[in-house]
Amino acid sequence: MGKYETPMLDELEKGPWPSFVTELKKATKVSPMADDELGQLEKSFQTKRGYWKHGGIVGVLGYGGGVIGRYSSIPDEFPGVAHFHTVRINQTSGFFYTAEALRMICDIWDKYGSGLTNMHGSTGDLVLLGTTTENLEAIFAEYSSRGWDLGSSGSAMRTPSCCVGMGRCEWACIDTMDFTYHITQHFQDEMHRPAYPYKFKIKTAGCACDCVAAIARADLSIIGTWKDKIRIDQAEVKNYADKGMDIQGEIIDLCPTECMVYDGGEIKINDVECNRCMHCIAKMTKALRPGLDKGATILVGAKAPIVVGSLLSWVLIPFIKMDPPYEEITEKIEAIIEWWDDTAKPRERIGELIEVKGMRPLLEAADIPPVPQQVKEPRKDPFFFWAESDFDK
Amino acid sequence: MALPERQTDIGPPKYDAYLPPVIKENYGKWKYHEVLTPGTMVHVAEGGDKIYTVRAASPRILSTESIREICDLSEKYCDGYLRFTTRNNIEFLVSDKGKIDPLLAELKERKYTVGGIGPRISNVIHTQGWVHCHSACTDASGIVKAMMDELYEYFTTKELPNKVRLAVACCVNMCGAVHCSDIAVVAVHRKAPTIDDANVGKMCEIPTTVGSCPTSAIRPNPKDKTVVINEEKCMYCGNCFTVCPPIDIHRPEDDGVAIVVGGKISSLRTDPKFSKLAIPFLFNEPPRWPKVVDAIKNILETYAKHARKHERVGEWIERIGWESFFKLTGIEFTYQHIDDFTFMRDTLRTSAAFKF
Repeated sequence: MGKYETPMLDELEKGPWPSFVTELKKATKVSPMADDELGQLEKSFQTKRGYWKHGGIVGVLGYGGGVIGRYSSIPDEFPGVAHFHTVRINQTSGFFYTAEALRMICDIWDKYGSGLTNMHGSTGDLVLLGTTTENLEAIFAEYSSRGWDLGSSGSAMRTPSCCVGMGRCEWACIDTMDFTYHITQHFQDEMHRPAYPYKFKIKTAGCACDCVAAIARADLSIIGTWKDKIRIDQAEVKNYADKGMDIQGEIIDLCPTECMVYDGGEIKINDVECNRCMHCIAKMTKALRPGLDKGATILVGAKAPIVVGSLLSWVLIPFIKMDPPYEEITEKIEAIIEWWDDTAKPRERIGELIEVKGMRPLLEAADIPPVPQQVKEPRKDPFFFWAESDFDK
Repeated sequence: MALPERQTDIGPPKYDAYLPPVIKENYGKWKYHEVLTPGTMVHVAEGGDKIYTVRAASPRILSTESIREICDLSEKYCDGYLRFTTRNNIEFLVSDKGKIDPLLAELKERKYTVGGIGPRISNVIHTQGWVHCHSACTDASGIVKAMMDELYEYFTTKELPNKVRLAVACCVNMCGAVHCSDIAVVAVHRKAPTIDDANVGKMCEIPTTVGSCPTSAIRPNPKDKTVVINEEKCMYCGNCFTVCPPIDIHRPEDDGVAIVVGGKISSLRTDPKFSKLAIPFLFNEPPRWPKVVDAIKNILETYAKHARKHERVGEWIERIGWESFFKLTGIEFTYQHIDDFTFMRDTLRTSAAFKF
């Protein structure tokens, strides 16, 4: 038995799904902090409330983010978690690791922290849960000297993240991992020294399947796509039919744009009508593939409900090339952020700012023309603004 | 002992140092993939090279001891290469086909949960909860564990009409994609906060606190250096608590969770969608939240029974209509289901064509 009795948590060690309680108990072998984490959590389960105070300002010299202060509100009862700060380590693109690298990360964390992690946090960072203020500089020196930097927190460029992309996916229309590495390096100062009105997240998905939830969770969502024709391997179409796939029912009839026909032998696609939703490609992986003229759609504005409701990202740039060294896309991102940074009130996300100001100021600031792809339909009301520049046309 | 010299603004290590040789050689040259079993798939490159993936669930909170064990397994079967998914699964990247079965056997022996690929439930996106967050009004890891013990077979074996993405957020800040999940739990408060007037002046910026309220329910009280809340306007979001700790929104006996359904993030077939309210409130019942688990299972199994192949939860509901969703699931429709906030105009019905 551990330092505290934990009957309610023990209940969650039963059952087949991997147990976080077992993980907390394993960590008690590393650090007594984990004992007090368990004890306080049992108290939360008993009383149905949390016992953590708001984050305090803690960090490492020269950085304004990457560490989130966390203090117990009942430190006399659980002194081991009086300080229990979070350290965010910038994950690798695509969350690829070697055993050697992860063991190094574990060794340092065991030396200075609770032995608990999140693989990974919601934004994407490799999260180290629970250490004290006095250990922070040592943790940073140990990791950074071995090539690993802190992620970000607060009103900053948040740690960019992406799907597996070209690393292991045939649908990747853009090199999500390389671009994420590029943009992370490009915004190091903005990540580590929070100076924005609020947080700003960039997520990059290789196709419209959006395995990184870019469209729902990133202020700037980059989603890979193509402009030419879906590639078809008719021999494989026949193989699917031979294996019993109902191509008419499962593929043709579910196409949202009705741009496909199947004559019992071959699939034909009217690519001009295709909206590149990925359904047919995702269901016939061997027969259908994205086209070859690849790039990305840039969308802007997604966020969770606080303050006045969730937003999904809105289309800003229907198509842009995403090839190294990524000059055009990087310039556009800088212009978008500059407009927001100059215009937003404190704690105002870019989606909320667009709701207040409209899309036009952003389009003008980033030199993006108005195009029908940006809207589901034109406005319904007869109230619209005119600018002096409109009369010159 | 002297510390090594720190470096700043170096960013993460470049990803290519962590890619298995077969991925490095075929980077961007993958041709297709096939799901072999609920927990294994193969990706085949243009030139015929293959990489096998074995996926296992993690509880997201991992001890260093468990990470070391995962490292040992990856060295034994994958030359030390592995990755994590955006949904907190572990993926063993196997280059040698002959090592898949021995790996699966050892994973089984060590009680790993293998699955999550294809038309079933993948791992659950969730937040920190009482484990590590100040604004949590439920425990995310606890609900996930209770829920997935019950839905275990939908991860490991059973098929559904399509993928079902589950999520749990421990407050309305939603540090996860709860707002666009097939079925999700979000913790909510139901009563206006209490104000510790003596500390508001010391700890809070009054304009920020007033500005934090989405319904303009907070006004300053300059005389007493505090704020006043109009309880009739308060929607209990807790944003004031986030900017001003002496405003306490937590009421353990009144707090609980709502269940939302029908969201999606992919553009397949239909546009990405927000999740919508299915059940406005269920009490927190740790450690196993039985009513929450039952409610989710009911929605999932009603969907599994009635949806067409390839329909996501939200697509199924849009086809049959929300009135049919409530009828089929037996979920009670309440005042809380009718939006009276920012999305009201879009969500009230403007047609005489509907079902009974």
